[in-house]
Amino acid sequence: MISRLVDDKSRAAIAASIERRRVDARGLLFKVVLQSCLLITLALLAVLLVTVALDSTDQLGTRLWDFLQGTLRSRSSDESLGIHQGMYGSLWIAIIVAVLAFPIGIGAAVYLEEYAPRNRLTAFIEVNIRNLAGVPSVVYGLLGLALLLNGQIFGLDRLTGGSSALSGGITLAILVLPIVIITSGEAFRAVPMELREGAYGVGATRWEMIRTQVLPYAAPGILTGTLLSMARAIGEAAPLILVGAVTGRLGDSPGLFDVGALDDRFTALPIIITSWTAQSGRDVGFAAAAAAAIVVLLVFVLMMNSAAILLRNRFEKKRG
Amino acid sequence: MSMTDEAPRLIERPLAAGGASPEQETPAPATERDVVFESRDVNVYYGIFRAVRDVTFTVPKNEIMALIGPSGCGKSTVLRCYNRMNDLIKDARVTGSITYRGTDLYDERVDPVEVRRRIGMVFQKPNPFPKSIYDNVSYGPRVAGQKKGLDDIVERSLRKAALWDEVSDRLKDSALSLSGGQQQRLCIARAIAVDPDVLLMDEPCSALDPIATARIEDLMQEIKQDYTIMIVTHNMQQAARVSDTTAFLTADIHSENDTRTGILVEVDTTQKMFSNPSDERTENYVTGRFG
Repeated sequence: MISRLVDDKSRAAIAASIERRRVDARGLLFKVVLQSCLLITLALLAVLLVTVALDSTDQLGTRLWDFLQGTLRSRSSDESLGIHQGMYGSLWIAIIVAVLAFPIGIGAAVYLEEYAPRNRLTAFIEVNIRNLAGVPSVVYGLLGLALLLNGQIFGLDRLTGGSSALSGGITLAILVLPIVIITSGEAFRAVPMELREGAYGVGATRWEMIRTQVLPYAAPGILTGTLLSMARAIGEAAPLILVGAVTGRLGDSPGLFDVGALDDRFTALPIIITSWTAQSGRDVGFAAAAAAAIVVLLVFVLMMNSAAILLRNRFEKKRG
Repeated sequence: MSMTDEAPRLIERPLAAGGASPEQETPAPATERDVVFESRDVNVYYGIFRAVRDVTFTVPKNEIMALIGPSGCGKSTVLRCYNRMNDLIKDARVTGSITYRGTDLYDERVDPVEVRRRIGMVFQKPNPFPKSIYDNVSYGPRVAGQKKGLDDIVERSLRKAALWDEVSDRLKDSALSLSGGQQQRLCIARAIAVDPDVLLMDEPCSALDPIATARIEDLMQEIKQDYTIMIVTHNMQQAARVSDTTAFLTADIHSENDTRTGILVEVDTTQKMFSNPSDERTENYVTGRFG
């Protein structure tokens, strides 16, 4: 026999005492404030995307292929106006950044996190890498100018051909290097001590432990970091202006994979966007062209992000 | 040579000889058997802080030695001296001497990587690699450069660790899909896959339920014929159940700066430690009066 232990009267009293009595006004307010923060962000983004997309229809809606094939022109009504040269520049800048900044940055991070002793010197170096990540991009443009164009050091200008996609790519690779080092370093730091000990415990050397545990575990985090830095590099205009990206007239229009043109005069999508927007005052058609270039740049970044996210998911699945 | 010492006594009490001789084999003093580890005045420092003071004891071959003691008494710190795991901790320093089969483990010519291949370790929290079951077990032999015969090693190790029957049809599955107890047995399989001489176990059952714990304890009894085992445990019943010898450590609390230094109180056969310890502190601890 199970007795209920409580009579009806006291049960009613207990039920009443645990009933919800008041509305949690502050909690509700807090939630609404947080929701509005998100909404403001989304609204701003939506306005940006919608206006750009609407403005771009003049070019992308009517002459998409011509626009992608065309070149820099002085009048917006020119039939061969387009962004092909900018796409060439941005694509190769992205490739050069990936080839230079990623291996060097990840390598430096591995050394700093896994090999370097923890002392004042390495602490000093680490702080300064963080500072470098915050240095305005124009300053990196000046560095590129001195190092790669003016030939003040090592005579590197002969290699890069002065103002060229190669110079722009190297400059931006230097720009994102600190970001790659910091984000990779954080990914290495997040590798659980248990995994390291497990590997050491069965007789792995430091290098074997890093190769088989640290790098695979940190891969998704590294990928996120490289993705962020790549997006940064692709969007930068200021340093490219300093290394002499062309804003006005550019003669040649090399094929997308024409490596021979890497040391020629160049331009890039952010430069074109800046330049056309500046010109839209005297020639209003350039506003639509700039919007169209923005859409192309966004699609470019979106494609890169998707590729990186797919890769990251694969790494994460492996990690379990 | 010990026969000459023993013989007269056996003659004096011939009646006891037949029944007592198998008994006398077991509690023979450690010095007369193979000694795997011998530590003398071991101190462990983290920076200037002394974590463990003057630990001296020997570990005989094919025995299970338990290190017991209250939290913060340095049991794990002591255990980690035996395969140079403390090397991984910045500022950690070991003084005194620990010999492994006669060789000083802290001699500068000794390679800690080689030490860890012979003296394997099982950790407190099961720490399988985020790889397949097969890759976990074959990891050690592989980093040692072995490429052939991995299938055999994986099967043999998993059988020894009493896990083969549960995973033989899914060796390619992620090790993280196993239960906690299975993961810990996998870690034991991973440790014995490199065919070590000694297994160090750092509270291997503290994250497991009683059934999984019992399996691991049974397993320790089975594999002790092949290995020498040192186990850290905060579970006194476990030490009493599985070990042959027990070392009791306690913490010396420095009230002026609230730090603790682990000290060795007593080492003896487990039977004696739990029935008739020489030191009052041991007695208080094993009877549950403190700690």
